[in-house]
Amino acid sequence: MTVALHEPSTTPSVLKAGTGPDRPPIIDCDFHNELDSIKDLYPYLSKRWRNHLETFGIRHPNSGYYPRFMDHREEARPPSGRTPGSEVGFAREDFLDPYNVEYAILNPLSPVSSALDLELGAALARAANDWQIAEWLDPEPRLRASVVVTPQDPVAAAAEIRRCGADGRFAQVLFMGRLQEPMGRRRFWPIYEACVETGMHVASHAFGAYGHPITGAGHASYYIEDHTSPPQAVQANITSMVVEGVFDRFPSLRMISVENGFAWLPPLIWRLDSAWSLLREEAPHLERLPSEVISEHVYVTTQPIEEPPRRQDFLNLIEHFGDLASHILIASDYPHWDGDNPDVVLPSGLDEELVKGIQCENARALYGL
Amino acid sequence: MIDADVHIPNPRLRDLYPLLPEHWVEHFNNTVDKGASQEYYPPRSPVAGRRGGLEELREAVFDQGGAELAISSCLYAVDSVHNPDVAAALAAATNDWQSREWLEQEPRLRGSVVAPIQLPAAAAEEIERCADRPGFVQVLIPARTEHPLGSRLYHPLWKTIERSGLVAAIHFGGAPVMPPTPTGWPSFFLEEYTAMAQVFATQLTSMIVEGVFDACPDLRVVFLESGFTWIPSHLWRMDKEWRNLRRLVPWVRRPPSDYFREHVRVGIQPLDAPPDPAHLGEVVDQLGSDDLLLYASDYPHVHACDAGDLLFRLLPESLGRKIRSENARSFYRMGG
Repeated sequence: MTVALHEPSTTPSVLKAGTGPDRPPIIDCDFHNELDSIKDLYPYLSKRWRNHLETFGIRHPNSGYYPRFMDHREEARPPSGRTPGSEVGFAREDFLDPYNVEYAILNPLSPVSSALDLELGAALARAANDWQIAEWLDPEPRLRASVVVTPQDPVAAAAEIRRCGADGRFAQVLFMGRLQEPMGRRRFWPIYEACVETGMHVASHAFGAYGHPITGAGHASYYIEDHTSPPQAVQANITSMVVEGVFDRFPSLRMISVENGFAWLPPLIWRLDSAWSLLREEAPHLERLPSEVISEHVYVTTQPIEEPPRRQDFLNLIEHFGDLASHILIASDYPHWDGDNPDVVLPSGLDEELVKGIQCENARALYGL
Repeated sequence: MIDADVHIPNPRLRDLYPLLPEHWVEHFNNTVDKGASQEYYPPRSPVAGRRGGLEELREAVFDQGGAELAISSCLYAVDSVHNPDVAAALAAATNDWQSREWLEQEPRLRGSVVAPIQLPAAAAEEIERCADRPGFVQVLIPARTEHPLGSRLYHPLWKTIERSGLVAAIHFGGAPVMPPTPTGWPSFFLEEYTAMAQVFATQLTSMIVEGVFDACPDLRVVFLESGFTWIPSHLWRMDKEWRNLRRLVPWVRRPPSDYFREHVRVGIQPLDAPPDPAHLGEVVDQLGSDDLLLYASDYPHVHACDAGDLLFRLLPESLGRKIRSENARSFYRMGG
């Protein structure tokens, strides 16, 4: 018998009393600005690529499609009928104001980053970033954006990062979780070089697929497996970045895990440290314990937050984080169906400073807000 | 004490010659095919262990280790062999060799049926052939497979294992064609080793949501060399997913953690321990049952710490007793 730690999340549109400007502010580290359709990018694309989209469309590796039963919360749909999260005005009214969001980090999940045609991918990434500037950052000063890139073309990605970095309102570069190669591999290093140069970090967001099965043991069957498995990819990516020495080469770079939950991080650290002590001769360039590297460079967002059956288990989990608790960031995943309501996501009775850190101060320090 | 995970070395091809049909002896003699060439561990790495014979095992596991019974497996990678006939022939010969050279020679030793898991029908045949042989108590299934183990492709195999009364032992390793992570091939074995815990998590999810345990209510699974400190957080995640998405898999009627605690047991080695022993105690408690952990030395493989040492010092005597032998005795239905 499993008992939920707290009541199932109410939807963001159903608010508790006393919300709005009187409630403590939050910095939401996973807010999705959505395209209603790819046509939203047409104003930012050249005629050539508009024609391409009209006559061919975008091709992707087709290894990871598990149809959901729904994408978004219906009540987050704007009166215009467009996709939830696709209009800044309505998102402001539905989410940013009532939750007293001081800042929100935009993570646009578009069909851009996995385009197989790399030139099309680069054009789309550029258009998506221009769309973010014009339709999100300009009208709403509380927003910070993630740079959309095609990681499989690191040269083009690095150029796009430098272009966006000059704007000053981009906080990080967005990777999807499941890539062609793990994130530490050398091919991605030009991307990290550009991140460091422009003062941005790199985020690994759940899901995606680039040709491989979505598990380390082949193709799963159900969406429930797709939705359970993001921690697997992000753990492989963190492991890879640590073991390949990315953070030794780029000491100011931070990696933020987004929409992967976070309870897996302490056990990953324990396992990596024991693997390192056993197998370090294979990678003699690693001079420090992986836990030390992770404690400086890796951040995690809460959503979808794990809900242990006993309240004490959650308190223990936070204790297992130790100093790393200052790397936990709140995230709503607005307006997706599985988002966490910031009002109820953390169990009550947590240490006040800890909660303030998770809701606000940890992100402020990380992103320099 | 019952040691739930010790290893006998891979057979050399010439060990198998007396047990292989003449056709295959000729094949191996006259071609460059020398059997399963993949290894689950880099062969010279510290985790691969050294090659020892029966005498060495007796001394280490029974005399010095103090086990009264030990459950062995041979990690011969027949799952890496593309040729289906070669894979099946090697598996059969390996099992005959295990019987003859190990299990019949040492009554305290139990064994694991090697089966070509990439060919579920052939694997089922081999399991049926060996099920009633003295000494075999489980089927060895490498953790990494070409398809997740809950896949319908494997359901007849699970039925066979359930019917045979054997335990399904999912063990570190596997050599399918797929990368070991959802995000491609890592550069280092150290990464593959770390990621294996996530492969176990995937397999657990898959078997539960595909209804394997609903179809096979008497199926027993043991995770070997999986580590266990990752399990509580994965159970929390699975239970949450089930609450939200169970309409997609309506045959899963209970929280996934229930299926886990009823059907799965876990060897204690390797132990990926938190630095603070109090935290380790909390993780053991979070598993939610005292029946789950089985003492395992993983002889002759080397690990970062001695799991038994650490746990027995930390845990209450009664739980220590369960981990030392009672859990294995009851799960493997060993009587006595």
